[in-house]
Amino acid sequence: MPDVLERDPRFAPRTLLDERPGRRTLLDQIERLEGELSSLFVSTWPRKGFDFSVPSRGGPRMLLLSELEALRDDLAERVDHARRSLSDRTYVEERHRARIEEMLLEPERHKWVRIGNDDIGEPGCKHWHVRPRWGLLGYLMNWWRVRISSGCPLVRGRGPWPRPVTASGRA
Amino acid sequence: MAAPELERGWVAFDLAQEFPSLALWLMRVQARSGRSPEPVRRRLRRLSDRITGGHVIHMRQDAVPWAYRVFWRQVGIDPDTDRTPVEQIALDRLKWGGIRSRNLLDDALVIATFETGVPVIALDADKVGKALGLRLTGDDERLGGTGRSLSSRQIVVADEDCCLAVLSGEVSEDHGVRSATRSMVLCALQVKGVPEISVEEALWTASDTLSVGG
Repeated sequence: MPDVLERDPRFAPRTLLDERPGRRTLLDQIERLEGELSSLFVSTWPRKGFDFSVPSRGGPRMLLLSELEALRDDLAERVDHARRSLSDRTYVEERHRARIEEMLLEPERHKWVRIGNDDIGEPGCKHWHVRPRWGLLGYLMNWWRVRISSGCPLVRGRGPWPRPVTASGRA
Repeated sequence: MAAPELERGWVAFDLAQEFPSLALWLMRVQARSGRSPEPVRRRLRRLSDRITGGHVIHMRQDAVPWAYRVFWRQVGIDPDTDRTPVEQIALDRLKWGGIRSRNLLDDALVIATFETGVPVIALDADKVGKALGLRLTGDDERLGGTGRSLSSRQIVVADEDCCLAVLSGEVSEDHGVRSATRSMVLCALQVKGVPEISVEEALWTASDTLSVGG
């Protein structure tokens, strides 16, 4: 059988395959996928934990056809993964938003629940926390309310500014 | 002194086939580097004040920076690891809280690159040949003829004799601008999606900024 399958050099193709159309298509696909990846990156901000990296190919150089194909595949996979992750994340965030609404309407049904801006995909440190009104008394009387934090803590903290130490060592 | 003129560099056939819109634009200027004068430092500060986190996030969707991201990707660079020059400037600004003035040439290149999105590099005009262009490296080539070895098929700025700079911005030490340089060649890369006017503006901005320093 190998004798039969062996190619007779007289009948071998004498023309070289033109890679250009294939390369052009791959470059266009890479361009489109890069655009999608950029859009997804912007959509995910300020959320964290997404991976957008597609390893480099030791550039800048003209990639081989196989390398272009591998790059296209990696990009497509990354775009797909990022899109699914974002979809999952936004679903959870939507649930959290709905829960904040419910907490505000009926705090006693969501005792001690705390939802932050992180959970709804927004920047900042604001959070909604269901706590008993007037401490232990509210806890015993089942008086609950939602406390909304006022944002991120100040850089300097709660106390007074530390006094600067002068050259003589005195504050 | 005659006003500098724009020239278009050559692009090797195989590279032009792959990237038909790829071009290298050159401008020869009589200028020297040194400490940046106050107007340039002030401009750098104003530029720095315009860069915000939101701006940097959305930058990759702006037409010109995006065009370079795509090109970076197509030539095998991950633009999230090896940033395009304009993104690198913006990120450095966020990281350091400002754009630090280094010297007149670097400041001019930063201003031109950030204002237009087009990366600009400078070479010593007296140390490079007449005809500059873009080509792929062959086997056993070195940056600047004697510098670090380059892998084959790398895209480089070259003259008749040797590779002068790698596309991502690394310039050969022997051909880069030094304190004694009196005449420079400014080079700007144009890729698909970048209008010619942006490239011209980048080179003129760099040239004008250099002229402020005398």
